[in-house]
Amino acid sequence: MNAIELNSVTKRYDGFQLDKVSFTLPRGAILGLVGENGAGKSTTIKLIMNAIRRDGGAIRVLGEDNTSEAFRAVKEDIGIVLDEAYFPEVLNAVQVGAVMKQTYRRWDNNVYQNHLKLLDIPQKKVFREFSRGMKMKLALAVALSHQPKLLILDEATSGLDPMVRDEILTLFNNFTRNEEHSILLSSHIVSDLEKVCDYIAFLHEGKLVLCEEKDRLLEEYAIVKTSQSVLDQLSADTIISTKSGPYGVEALVKRERAPHGMQTEFTTLETIILFLAKGGDRA
Amino acid sequence: MNIIISNASNLPIYEQIYAQMKNAILLGDLSEGDLLPSIRQLAKDLRISVITTKRAYDELERDGFLYTVAGKGCYVAAKNTGIIREGRLKDIEEHMREILRLAPVCELTGEDLIEQFRVIIQEEYQK
Repeated sequence: MNAIELNSVTKRYDGFQLDKVSFTLPRGAILGLVGENGAGKSTTIKLIMNAIRRDGGAIRVLGEDNTSEAFRAVKEDIGIVLDEAYFPEVLNAVQVGAVMKQTYRRWDNNVYQNHLKLLDIPQKKVFREFSRGMKMKLALAVALSHQPKLLILDEATSGLDPMVRDEILTLFNNFTRNEEHSILLSSHIVSDLEKVCDYIAFLHEGKLVLCEEKDRLLEEYAIVKTSQSVLDQLSADTIISTKSGPYGVEALVKRERAPHGMQTEFTTLETIILFLAKGGDRA
Repeated sequence: MNIIISNASNLPIYEQIYAQMKNAILLGDLSEGDLLPSIRQLAKDLRISVITTKRAYDELERDGFLYTVAGKGCYVAAKNTGIIREGRLKDIEEHMREILRLAPVCELTGEDLIEQFRVIIQEEYQK
Protein backbone atom coordinates (compact mmCIF):
# COMPACT_ATOMS: atom_id res chain seq x y z
CA MET A 1 0.00 0.00 0.00
CA ASN A 2 1.14 3.53 -0.68
CA ALA A 3 1.12 6.15 2.05
CA ILE A 4 0.18 8.95 -0.33
CA GLU A 5 -0.95 8.91 -3.95
CA LEU A 6 -1.57 12.04 -5.98
CA ASN A 7 -3.05 11.62 -9.39
CA SER A 8 -3.25 14.61 -11.73
CA VAL A 9 -4.07 16.96 -8.87
CA THR A 10 -4.98 20.48 -9.93
CA LYS A 11 -5.71 23.61 -7.94
CA ARG A 12 -6.36 26.98 -9.54
CA TYR A 13 -5.78 30.33 -7.87
CA ASP A 14 -5.62 33.80 -9.36
CA GLY A 15 -2.18 33.98 -10.90
CA PHE A 16 -1.06 30.54 -9.79
CA GLN A 17 -2.07 27.03 -10.49
CA LEU A 18 -0.92 23.64 -9.36
CA ASP A 19 -0.98 21.78 -12.61
CA LYS A 20 -1.79 18.05 -12.82
CA VAL A 21 0.65 16.97 -10.12
CA SER A 22 1.08 13.21 -9.71
CA PHE A 23 3.42 11.39 -7.39
CA THR A 24 3.45 8.48 -4.97
CA LEU A 25 4.97 8.04 -1.56
CA PRO A 26 5.39 4.28 -0.98
CA ARG A 27 4.87 3.06 2.57
CA GLY A 28 8.04 3.01 4.62
CA ALA A 29 9.75 5.70 2.57
CA ILE A 30 10.62 9.37 2.98
CA LEU A 31 9.73 11.72 0.17
CA GLY A 32 11.08 15.24 -0.02
CA LEU A 33 9.20 17.97 -1.79
CA VAL A 34 11.58 20.63 -3.12
CA GLY A 35 10.92 23.83 -4.96
CA GLU A 36 11.39 27.57 -4.70
CA ASN A 37 9.09 29.76 -2.62
CA GLY A 38 5.71 29.78 -4.33
CA ALA A 39 6.34 26.60 -6.32
CA GLY A 40 3.27 24.97 -4.78
CA LYS A 41 4.73 22.91 -1.94
CA SER A 42 2.42 24.19 0.78
CA THR A 43 -0.55 24.10 -1.56
CA THR A 44 0.22 20.43 -2.25
CA ILE A 45 0.39 19.66 1.46
CA LYS A 46 -2.87 21.48 2.18
CA LEU A 47 -4.50 19.53 -0.64
CA ILE A 48 -3.24 16.26 0.81
CA MET A 49 -4.82 17.14 4.17
CA ASN A 50 -7.96 18.24 2.31
CA ALA A 51 -7.62 21.61 4.06
CA ILE A 52 -8.36 23.23 0.71
CA ARG A 53 -10.58 21.86 -2.03
CA ARG A 54 -8.91 20.49 -5.13
CA ASP A 55 -10.16 21.45 -8.59
CA GLY A 56 -9.25 18.17 -10.22
CA GLY A 57 -7.50 14.84 -9.80
CA ALA A 58 -7.49 12.32 -6.99
CA ILE A 59 -5.65 11.98 -3.68
CA ARG A 60 -5.46 8.88 -1.52
CA VAL A 61 -3.84 8.98 1.91
CA LEU A 62 -3.09 5.69 3.70
CA GLY A 63 -5.42 4.01 1.26
CA GLU A 64 -8.44 6.31 1.61
CA ASP A 65 -9.72 9.03 -0.70
CA ASN A 66 -9.08 12.16 1.34
CA THR A 67 -12.51 13.64 0.60
CA SER A 68 -14.28 10.51 1.85
CA GLU A 69 -15.91 10.01 5.24
CA ALA A 70 -13.28 7.36 6.07
CA PHE A 71 -10.53 9.98 5.91
CA ARG A 72 -11.67 11.39 9.26
CA ALA A 73 -10.39 8.23 10.94
CA VAL A 74 -7.20 8.28 8.88
CA LYS A 75 -6.34 11.71 10.28
CA GLU A 76 -5.53 10.05 13.64
CA ASP A 77 -2.73 8.24 11.82
CA ILE A 78 -1.18 11.45 10.51
CA GLY A 79 1.23 13.63 12.44
CA ILE A 80 1.48 17.06 10.93
CA VAL A 81 3.93 19.89 11.55
CA LEU A 82 3.65 23.19 9.75
CA ASP A 83 6.34 25.81 9.42
CA GLU A 84 4.98 27.75 12.40
CA ALA A 85 4.02 25.93 15.57
CA TYR A 86 0.95 27.26 17.36
CA PHE A 87 0.18 26.31 20.92
CA PRO A 88 -1.54 28.42 23.58
CA GLU A 89 1.11 30.89 24.72
CA VAL A 90 0.55 30.45 28.46
CA LEU A 91 0.89 26.65 28.51
CA ASN A 92 4.08 24.75 29.22
CA ALA A 93 5.08 21.50 27.53
CA VAL A 94 3.48 19.32 30.20
CA GLN A 95 0.19 21.19 29.92
CA VAL A 96 0.29 20.95 26.12
CA GLY A 97 0.57 17.19 26.60
CA ALA A 98 -2.49 17.18 28.84
CA VAL A 99 -4.51 19.01 26.18
CA MET A 100 -3.34 16.64 23.46
CA LYS A 101 -4.33 13.66 25.58
CA GLN A 102 -7.91 14.88 25.26
CA THR A 103 -7.52 15.46 21.52
CA TYR A 104 -6.00 12.23 20.24
CA ARG A 105 -7.42 8.82 20.98
CA ARG A 106 -4.05 7.09 20.82
CA TRP A 107 -2.03 9.69 22.70
CA ASP A 108 0.87 8.07 24.52
CA ASN A 109 2.19 10.20 27.34
CA ASN A 110 5.30 8.05 27.84
CA VAL A 111 6.33 8.56 24.25
CA TYR A 112 5.70 12.27 24.69
CA GLN A 113 7.81 12.44 27.87
CA ASN A 114 10.62 10.56 26.12
CA HIS A 115 10.61 12.97 23.23
CA LEU A 116 10.64 15.97 25.56
CA LYS A 117 13.75 14.54 27.21
CA LEU A 118 15.37 13.41 23.96
CA LEU A 119 14.92 16.82 22.36
CA ASP A 120 15.81 18.82 25.49
CA ILE A 121 12.45 20.56 25.59
CA PRO A 122 11.94 22.39 28.91
CA GLN A 123 8.95 21.09 30.88
CA LYS A 124 8.04 24.15 32.89
CA LYS A 125 8.71 27.02 30.52
CA VAL A 126 5.62 28.56 28.90
CA PHE A 127 5.30 28.38 25.15
CA ARG A 128 5.50 32.16 24.73
CA GLU A 129 9.14 32.05 25.87
CA PHE A 130 10.18 29.25 23.51
CA SER A 131 12.83 29.84 20.85
CA ARG A 132 11.96 28.94 17.28
CA GLY A 133 13.92 25.70 17.55
CA MET A 134 12.13 24.72 20.76
CA LYS A 135 8.72 25.48 19.24
CA MET A 136 9.51 23.26 16.27
CA LYS A 137 10.77 20.47 18.49
CA LEU A 138 7.65 20.66 20.65
CA ALA A 139 5.46 20.44 17.54
CA LEU A 140 7.42 17.37 16.46
CA ALA A 141 7.17 15.76 19.89
CA VAL A 142 3.39 16.25 19.76
CA ALA A 143 3.15 14.91 16.21
CA LEU A 144 5.10 11.78 17.14
CA SER A 145 3.26 11.04 20.38
CA HIS A 146 -0.13 10.02 19.03
CA GLN A 147 1.45 7.08 17.23
CA PRO A 148 1.11 8.27 13.65
CA LYS A 149 1.92 6.14 10.63
CA LEU A 150 2.50 9.12 8.40
CA LEU A 151 4.32 12.34 9.20
CA ILE A 152 3.70 15.38 7.06
CA LEU A 153 6.01 18.34 7.58
CA ASP A 154 5.97 21.66 5.84
CA GLU A 155 9.33 23.47 6.10
CA ALA A 156 9.91 21.94 9.51
CA THR A 157 13.67 22.47 9.45
CA SER A 158 13.85 25.96 7.97
CA GLY A 159 15.13 28.73 10.19
CA LEU A 160 16.75 26.28 12.60
CA ASP A 161 20.44 25.97 13.38
CA PRO A 162 22.41 23.00 11.98
CA MET A 163 22.54 21.14 15.32
CA VAL A 164 18.77 21.23 15.83
CA ARG A 165 18.18 20.33 12.17
CA ASP A 166 20.43 17.33 12.54
CA GLU A 167 18.58 16.22 15.69
CA ILE A 168 15.33 16.43 13.78
CA LEU A 169 16.68 14.52 10.79
CA THR A 170 17.88 11.78 13.14
CA LEU A 171 14.36 11.65 14.54
CA PHE A 172 12.98 11.17 11.01
CA ASN A 173 15.55 8.48 10.34
CA ASN A 174 14.54 6.59 13.48
CA PHE A 175 10.81 7.05 12.88
CA THR A 176 11.13 5.22 9.56
CA ARG A 177 12.96 2.26 11.11
CA ASN A 178 9.43 0.90 11.27
CA GLU A 179 8.44 -0.08 7.75
CA GLU A 180 4.84 0.99 8.38
CA HIS A 181 6.01 4.57 8.87
CA SER A 182 6.30 7.11 6.07
CA ILE A 183 7.24 10.77 5.87
CA LEU A 184 6.42 13.55 3.45
CA LEU A 185 8.46 16.67 4.05
CA SER A 186 8.85 19.85 2.15
CA SER A 187 11.86 22.08 2.39
CA HIS A 188 13.92 24.46 0.40
CA ILE A 189 17.00 23.32 2.32
CA VAL A 190 17.89 20.73 -0.27
CA SER A 191 20.89 19.41 1.67
CA ASP A 192 18.55 18.35 4.50
CA LEU A 193 16.41 16.44 2.06
CA GLU A 194 19.47 14.86 0.51
CA LYS A 195 20.41 13.51 3.93
CA VAL A 196 17.18 11.69 4.72
CA CYS A 197 14.99 11.19 1.66
CA ASP A 198 14.43 8.08 -0.41
CA TYR A 199 12.52 9.99 -3.08
CA ILE A 200 12.66 13.56 -4.30
CA ALA A 201 9.78 15.37 -5.97
CA PHE A 202 10.67 18.69 -7.52
CA LEU A 203 7.97 21.31 -8.02
CA HIS A 204 8.62 24.33 -10.21
CA GLU A 205 6.02 27.00 -10.92
CA GLY A 206 3.16 24.68 -10.02
CA LYS A 207 4.36 21.80 -12.15
CA LEU A 208 6.07 18.59 -11.10
CA VAL A 209 9.43 18.59 -12.87
CA LEU A 210 10.50 15.21 -11.58
CA CYS A 211 9.86 12.57 -8.94
CA GLU A 212 12.70 10.10 -8.68
CA GLU A 213 14.70 7.97 -6.28
CA LYS A 214 17.29 10.27 -4.75
CA ASP A 215 20.30 8.04 -5.36
CA ARG A 216 19.21 7.42 -8.95
CA LEU A 217 19.16 11.17 -9.51
CA LEU A 218 22.67 11.46 -8.15
CA GLU A 219 23.78 8.64 -10.41
CA GLU A 220 21.94 9.80 -13.47
CA TYR A 221 23.26 13.35 -13.55
CA ALA A 222 26.83 14.54 -13.59
CA ILE A 223 28.62 17.85 -13.85
CA VAL A 224 31.11 18.49 -16.64
CA LYS A 225 33.48 21.43 -16.42
CA THR A 226 35.08 22.19 -19.74
CA SER A 227 35.26 24.68 -22.59
CA GLN A 228 32.40 25.71 -24.84
CA SER A 229 34.06 24.13 -27.88
CA VAL A 230 34.20 20.69 -26.22
CA LEU A 231 30.61 21.06 -25.11
CA ASP A 232 29.49 21.95 -28.63
CA GLN A 233 30.56 18.51 -29.81
CA LEU A 234 28.10 16.77 -27.49
CA SER A 235 24.66 15.88 -28.74
CA ALA A 236 21.90 18.18 -27.52
CA ASP A 237 20.12 15.44 -25.56
CA THR A 238 23.23 14.83 -23.44
CA ILE A 239 23.23 18.31 -21.99
CA ILE A 240 20.48 19.31 -19.61
CA SER A 241 21.61 22.86 -19.00
CA THR A 242 24.76 24.93 -18.88
CA LYS A 243 26.20 27.82 -16.97
CA SER A 244 29.01 29.74 -18.59
CA GLY A 245 31.67 31.79 -16.89
CA PRO A 246 34.65 33.78 -18.17
CA TYR A 247 37.03 30.80 -18.02
CA GLY A 248 34.85 27.91 -19.11
CA VAL A 249 31.43 26.32 -18.87
CA GLU A 250 29.74 24.02 -16.42
CA ALA A 251 27.09 21.69 -17.72
CA LEU A 252 24.66 19.29 -16.15
CA VAL A 253 24.72 16.18 -18.30
CA LYS A 254 23.17 12.73 -18.39
CA ARG A 255 26.06 10.63 -17.16
CA GLU A 256 25.47 7.65 -19.44
CA ARG A 257 25.28 9.79 -22.55
CA ALA A 258 28.55 11.58 -21.85
CA PRO A 259 31.30 10.31 -24.16
CA HIS A 260 33.61 7.65 -22.78
CA GLY A 261 36.62 9.20 -21.11
CA MET A 262 35.03 12.57 -20.48
CA GLN A 263 35.73 13.77 -16.96
CA THR A 264 32.40 13.86 -15.12
CA GLU A 265 31.90 14.76 -11.48
CA PHE A 266 29.40 13.46 -8.99
CA THR A 267 27.35 16.33 -7.74
CA THR A 268 24.90 17.26 -5.02
CA LEU A 269 21.15 17.28 -5.18
CA GLU A 270 21.25 21.03 -4.68
CA THR A 271 23.33 21.56 -7.83
CA ILE A 272 21.07 19.30 -9.86
CA ILE A 273 17.98 21.15 -8.69
CA LEU A 274 19.59 24.53 -9.42
CA PHE A 275 20.55 23.50 -12.93
CA LEU A 276 17.12 22.06 -13.61
CA ALA A 277 15.33 25.12 -12.23
CA LYS A 278 17.44 27.87 -13.71
CA GLY A 279 17.98 25.98 -16.90
CA GLY A 280 21.08 27.99 -17.74
CA ASP A 281 21.55 29.17 -21.32
CA ARG A 282 20.13 26.17 -23.04
CA ALA A 283 17.10 24.75 -21.28
CA MET B 1 31.84 -5.66 9.76
CA ASN B 2 32.71 -2.17 8.64
CA ILE B 3 30.91 -0.49 5.80
CA ILE B 4 32.34 2.85 4.77
CA ILE B 5 30.27 5.01 2.48
CA SER B 6 32.38 7.60 0.74
CA ASN B 7 30.84 10.62 -0.89
CA ALA B 8 34.09 11.33 -2.68
CA SER B 9 34.00 7.93 -4.35
CA ASN B 10 33.11 7.75 -8.00
CA LEU B 11 31.11 4.60 -7.31
CA PRO B 12 27.37 4.77 -6.61
CA ILE B 13 26.49 3.99 -2.99
CA TYR B 14 24.87 0.64 -3.77
CA GLU B 15 28.06 -0.50 -5.51
CA GLN B 16 30.15 0.55 -2.51
CA ILE B 17 27.98 -1.61 -0.26
CA TYR B 18 28.02 -4.45 -2.77
CA ALA B 19 31.82 -4.43 -3.05
CA GLN B 20 32.46 -4.20 0.69
CA MET B 21 30.01 -6.96 1.60
CA LYS B 22 31.33 -9.19 -1.15
CA ASN B 23 34.85 -8.66 0.14
CA ALA B 24 33.79 -9.39 3.72
CA ILE B 25 32.26 -12.66 2.53
CA LEU B 26 35.20 -13.69 0.35
CA LEU B 27 37.73 -12.86 3.07
CA GLY B 28 35.74 -14.80 5.64
CA ASP B 29 34.76 -11.84 7.87
CA LEU B 30 31.23 -12.98 7.22
CA SER B 31 30.69 -16.68 7.11
CA GLU B 32 28.04 -18.94 5.73
CA GLY B 33 24.73 -18.70 7.54
CA ASP B 34 25.48 -15.37 9.25
CA LEU B 35 22.39 -13.21 9.57
CA LEU B 36 22.90 -9.87 7.84
CA PRO B 37 21.26 -6.65 9.08
CA SER B 38 17.87 -6.13 7.50
CA ILE B 39 17.68 -3.82 4.50
CA ARG B 40 15.87 -1.20 6.56
CA GLN B 41 18.17 -1.48 9.56
CA LEU B 42 21.29 -1.14 7.43
CA ALA B 43 19.84 1.84 5.57
CA LYS B 44 18.88 3.63 8.76
CA ASP B 45 22.18 2.83 10.49
CA LEU B 46 24.15 4.15 7.53
CA ARG B 47 21.64 6.97 7.08
CA ILE B 48 21.15 6.18 3.43
CA SER B 49 18.11 5.36 1.34
CA VAL B 50 16.26 2.09 1.85
CA ILE B 51 16.00 1.70 -1.92
CA THR B 52 19.76 1.84 -2.25
CA THR B 53 20.48 -0.86 0.32
CA LYS B 54 17.76 -2.99 -1.26
CA ARG B 55 19.51 -2.64 -4.60
CA ALA B 56 22.85 -3.72 -3.08
CA TYR B 57 21.22 -6.75 -1.43
CA ASP B 58 19.37 -7.65 -4.62
CA GLU B 59 22.62 -7.70 -6.57
CA LEU B 60 24.43 -9.69 -3.87
CA GLU B 61 21.59 -12.19 -3.93
CA ARG B 62 21.58 -12.35 -7.72
CA ASP B 63 25.30 -13.11 -7.67
CA GLY B 64 24.85 -15.84 -5.10
CA PHE B 65 26.48 -14.21 -2.06
CA LEU B 66 23.39 -14.13 0.11
CA TYR B 67 19.91 -15.57 0.26
CA THR B 68 16.67 -14.35 1.72
CA VAL B 69 14.34 -16.29 3.98
CA ALA B 70 10.93 -14.66 3.75
CA GLY B 71 9.93 -13.15 7.07
CA LYS B 72 13.31 -13.88 8.66
CA GLY B 73 16.01 -11.99 6.87
CA CYS B 74 19.06 -12.20 4.67
CA TYR B 75 21.81 -14.74 5.28
CA VAL B 76 25.29 -15.20 3.89
CA ALA B 77 25.23 -17.98 1.31
CA ALA B 78 27.74 -20.80 1.10
CA LYS B 79 30.85 -19.45 -0.56
CA ASN B 80 30.12 -20.38 -4.09
CA THR B 81 33.50 -21.58 -5.29
CA GLY B 82 31.86 -22.49 -8.61
CA ILE B 83 31.16 -18.87 -9.42
CA ILE B 84 34.60 -17.73 -8.34
CA ARG B 85 36.25 -20.54 -10.35
CA GLU B 86 34.23 -19.66 -13.41
CA GLY B 87 35.35 -16.05 -13.14
CA ARG B 88 39.01 -17.11 -12.92
CA LEU B 89 38.66 -19.48 -15.91
CA LYS B 90 37.24 -16.62 -17.91
CA ASP B 91 40.22 -14.47 -16.89
CA ILE B 92 42.67 -17.17 -17.98
CA GLU B 93 41.01 -17.51 -21.35
CA GLU B 94 41.06 -13.76 -21.78
CA HIS B 95 44.82 -13.64 -21.06
CA MET B 96 45.45 -16.46 -23.54
CA ARG B 97 43.59 -14.62 -26.25
CA GLU B 98 45.62 -11.52 -25.48
CA ILE B 99 48.82 -13.58 -25.99
CA LEU B 100 47.50 -14.74 -29.36
CA ARG B 101 46.79 -11.16 -30.35
CA LEU B 102 50.35 -10.13 -29.49
CA ALA B 103 52.08 -13.15 -31.06
CA PRO B 104 51.91 -12.16 -34.76
CA VAL B 105 53.60 -8.84 -33.98
CA CYS B 106 56.65 -10.84 -32.80
CA GLU B 107 56.30 -13.35 -35.64
CA LEU B 108 55.71 -16.25 -33.25
CA THR B 109 53.76 -19.30 -34.40
CA GLY B 110 51.41 -21.34 -32.27
CA GLU B 111 54.13 -23.96 -31.87
CA ASP B 112 56.62 -21.35 -30.64
CA LEU B 113 54.13 -20.16 -28.05
CA ILE B 114 53.45 -23.65 -26.73
CA GLU B 115 57.18 -24.35 -26.54
CA GLN B 116 57.78 -21.10 -24.67
CA PHE B 117 54.95 -21.87 -22.29
CA ARG B 118 56.42 -25.33 -21.55
CA VAL B 119 59.71 -23.74 -20.60
CA ILE B 120 57.99 -21.26 -18.31
CA ILE B 121 55.98 -24.00 -16.62
CA GLN B 122 59.12 -26.01 -15.99
CA GLU B 123 60.88 -22.99 -14.52
CA GLU B 124 57.94 -22.23 -12.23
CA TYR B 125 57.58 -25.78 -10.98
CA GLN B 126 61.31 -26.33 -10.35
CA LYS B 127 61.43 -23.44 -7.91
